[in-house]
Amino acid sequence: MTALVVAEHNNQELKPVTLNTVTAALGLDQEVHILIAGNACSSVAEEAAKVSGVAKVLLVESSAYENFLAENVATLVSNISGDYDYILAPTTTNGKNVMPRVAALQDVSQISDISAIESSDTFQRPIYAGNCIATVKSNDSKKIITVRNTAFDAASATGGNAEIITLEEINDAGISKFVKEEIAESDRPELTAADVIISGGRGMQNGDNFTILEGIADKLGAAIGASRAAVDSGFVPNDYQVGQTGKIVAPDLYIAVGISGAIQHLAGMKDSKVIVAINKDEDAPIFQVADYGLVADLFEAMPELESKI
Amino acid sequence: MKILVPIKRVVDYNVKVRPKSDESGVDLNNVKMAMNPFCEIAVEEAVRLKESGKAEEIIAVTIGASSSQEQLRTALALGADRAILVETDVEAEPLGISKLLKSIVDKESPDLIILGKQAIDGDNNQTGQMLGALTGFSQATFASEVNLDGDNLSVTREIDGGLQTLDINLPAIVTTDLRLNEPRYASLPNIMKAKSKPLDIIPAADLGVDISPRLETIKVTLPAEREAGVIVETVDELIDKLKNEAKVIS
Repeated sequence: MTALVVAEHNNQELKPVTLNTVTAALGLDQEVHILIAGNACSSVAEEAAKVSGVAKVLLVESSAYENFLAENVATLVSNISGDYDYILAPTTTNGKNVMPRVAALQDVSQISDISAIESSDTFQRPIYAGNCIATVKSNDSKKIITVRNTAFDAASATGGNAEIITLEEINDAGISKFVKEEIAESDRPELTAADVIISGGRGMQNGDNFTILEGIADKLGAAIGASRAAVDSGFVPNDYQVGQTGKIVAPDLYIAVGISGAIQHLAGMKDSKVIVAINKDEDAPIFQVADYGLVADLFEAMPELESKI
Repeated sequence: MKILVPIKRVVDYNVKVRPKSDESGVDLNNVKMAMNPFCEIAVEEAVRLKESGKAEEIIAVTIGASSSQEQLRTALALGADRAILVETDVEAEPLGISKLLKSIVDKESPDLIILGKQAIDGDNNQTGQMLGALTGFSQATFASEVNLDGDNLSVTREIDGGLQTLDINLPAIVTTDLRLNEPRYASLPNIMKAKSKPLDIIPAADLGVDISPRLETIKVTLPAEREAGVIVETVDELIDKLKNEAKVIS
């Protein structure tokens, strides 16, 4: 019995979410292999080979896989899936884009965004924006799964010594073409990998006011996030968004500033270890999930907080 | 250019659902139903393409019970030309739904299929991609911008950390993200007009597709609740708690 983890990477480095998916795969009591599909990405394979618990790394390099186009990568994964009982990927935009296409090619009903493993065929997953948890049993012989990274610890990035096998399995459907990518450059940690997140909501009033959060973020080594209300109001770009329709995060410390706490937002951050809410409306629902609430005007409280931490 | 827009009837997004008392599923008794919000964005995008002269016909399709006609009428009121209900009482999974949609694609030969990235009930985010696999069409998921220029379809996608632009060949599948557009409201005259637009009903069984579920729902429960904590009075008290009680800052 073996499990294949489809790795998330950028052709230069392995993305940390892959490590959480490896933990889920190991939790299925499987021999775990990692697929690195990309272009000129052998250094990623070497990194993957060191991940604790991984038995084999499959490396496929081709321009057809460089930008992880769904048509090409799904055909690749489907073609090599024969030996595997489980195929897993993190619930990232890449995982969500590719895995259902693999599942349909294999005539399998995918289990999306699992948050717990109950047995070899039974899993928990959030539905209705996290308002309910469904426990589902898969009757397909092959299981195709995406993994909610915040629900599983990261496997150790070192300690492994897996064999790297190079595959010559090139599929170029030739029906889609990568044009460009605009990735926000930041010295701060990525939202999904940060230990501390400080997020602003509608209470920030405008985009310029987000600079109030930057000084504290610098002091705490935090990522900056936002509620959907702040994104919809045009304060900050969409990739700041924490919530059911944005990023799902679970840092050690989450500081919600001027965020009322819509269900949509709570679904994205309520698994954080410690939640702090700062809001001038004492009835804001965010206080119902916060470990520490401060009823205050954020424009007074935040500069004070920055000067004292 | 013919555009197919598959839509879904779901619980209205304002409703906070609860599990049934026997945990066998979600309690949907007397709950307000509506078109899935991402499907509204899909309909809107198709209508805009038609209004700009780039598409001739929009067909809305849904898989579901007879009650789903209500959401098809909404799509017709928003600007779809005709509608198809593939009628079944089976609660099909995305795999079964995409197989039924494949049958409709074979009949209708659309150039473009626009659908929501996910339905807000099951949160599966699978159907568009699965239909891509079954049809062999190109796909651009999580679209925030769609530019159609003759046979050239350029789509900007919301990806982790930013945006990605793809050029994809027709026929193609596009799934919608939130920022693609702001859907309009149906006007009363258009709601009236929609009543006389064609709505075909095809029994799912007539399409000869196996849609039997592969997943069994063992139970549906509430997530673990977080307990509300304490209200601190000052910034100093907050810092003290974070340092000495929660120990998350030093």
